[in-house]
Amino acid sequence: MVDDTDADGASEDGSGGLESNDGQRFDRLPATDAERTVEGRVSRAAVLEYFEDRFAIPPETFEDYTFWEKGAGKIWIYAGESPTPLEIEAIGMTCLRTRQEHWKPTTDFAQRFGRHASACVIDLEREAAQRFAAGEDQELAWEGDWGYLIAAHEIGGSREPLGIGLYVHGELRSMVPKGRQRDISRD
Amino acid sequence: MEPLERYRPIVDEFEAFLAACKRPIGNVVRVNTIKASVDRATTALEEDGVEFEQASWNPRVLGLETDSPGSTWASFHGFTHGQEEVSAVPSVVLDPEPGERVWDCCAAPGGKATQIAALMDDRGTVVANDNNLGRISALRFNAERLGATSLAVTNDDARNYSLKRFSFDSFDRALVDAPCSCEGTIRKNPDALDNWSEDHIHSVAGIQKGILRRAIQTTREGGTVVYSTCTFAPEENEAVVQHALENEPCRVVDFDLDLEYSPGVTAWNGDEFDPALERTARIYPHQNDTGGFFVAKLEVTG
Ligand SMILES: C[S@@+](CC[C@H](N)C(=O)[O-])C[C@H]1O[C@@H](n2cnc3c(N)ncnc32)[C@H](O)[C@@H]1O
Repeated sequence: MVDDTDADGASEDGSGGLESNDGQRFDRLPATDAERTVEGRVSRAAVLEYFEDRFAIPPETFEDYTFWEKGAGKIWIYAGESPTPLEIEAIGMTCLRTRQEHWKPTTDFAQRFGRHASACVIDLEREAAQRFAAGEDQELAWEGDWGYLIAAHEIGGSREPLGIGLYVHGELRSMVPKGRQRDISRD
Repeated sequence: MEPLERYRPIVDEFEAFLAACKRPIGNVVRVNTIKASVDRATTALEEDGVEFEQASWNPRVLGLETDSPGSTWASFHGFTHGQEEVSAVPSVVLDPEPGERVWDCCAAPGGKATQIAALMDDRGTVVANDNNLGRISALRFNAERLGATSLAVTNDDARNYSLKRFSFDSFDRALVDAPCSCEGTIRKNPDALDNWSEDHIHSVAGIQKGILRRAIQTTREGGTVVYSTCTFAPEENEAVVQHALENEPCRVVDFDLDLEYSPGVTAWNGDEFDPALERTARIYPHQNDTGGFFVAKLEVTG
């Protein structure tokens, strides 16, 4: 049993006997909430459910991947082998921010896995896509849910995800991180 | 260009070599097949109005006719990654397969590590290591932009690298894309030779030997180690491989490469190397209108 003098900073206070999160290392997500040993940590099942409920990404998409937490609420998706816990710089890619009211997928995740999504995808025309890639906010009509959407446009006649946008009050805000923003020629 | 004079005895058509080293180099990208097929990437480029030419030896390598290769949809989506044509050679020679465990000892900023992941269909484990933390952040950025989920990134000195943290105790393959004097990048960085000295060559050769030895030690028997540099100095190329042959269980093996190149040298400044070093490749700028590179393929025998 952990006690509240544990060197890892584990505490029983208000956490039902769960350890607290160590933000310096990678820990594999428990399969289900019931198997959770660290306070506030989401489970693999919850992550798959989120991607399915919000974006209709089939859970089978992630069959060959594992999910990890490092840093408070930062979830990583990984295809390789690794024991848990693990103290290295990175495994796979960051895919989701949890431990906040509205979970937020990353733009890199949307670009990598967004082709499997069929809900909460907003299709942008050429100029709107350019604005989105440049990191600009824009007024747009959208009939669906508010919140985080996958923005997409067409390449070669098929849909290609651009990244994550936040839709509120008739406005689509580009969540493309600064370093990923691009000025694509607007001829 | 002064330092390059020392290669007059080993480079055929030396004047053409020098002339090529003085010419600037074109924009080249590699198609990142983790995110897009070559067809889809080239469709995106066509829609962008960017003209391209496929490399004859590798359909995933494209020369672009544009001054701003970063301002394309293909680049925004991570369908393409700026990578010099010869720099795409070592990962192809390594020839990794899906599901394998591969170590990229000197991986930042990640051009070759992400190419290795792509060649493995992003299945398996690519341990991408570099001892420079600043360059690790560039590596991580590139890995995420290119959607490589099979990478594990570590920040250590490759010379005494420990596998203890992992659930396996050897790699199937390793790439040593070593730090070097970078003579072969002169077309891209005109100041590449500004701090050139023989002393530097000798000190970096010591590091290269240490990294290559560790790569061989951590690779399983029958596994493959590729050693590459972007420099011409035999001290950093054949002599480093020679040192590995003398100290670790390995042999130099042949590989197919559909580019023009010269065989490795077996003698330099009074030193003699094993005849097997002729199986290594020296790629000179005038041969294929690229940068310069050295590549050796080794099989681990113990
Ligand atoms: C030629 S660059 C690698 C380029 C990289 N393979 C790519 O394709 O993007 C050599 C790298 O070796 C790293 N390095 C130098 N000494 C090292 C050592 N002892 N252990 C690990 N990495 C080292 C440098 O920080 C540098 O990033």
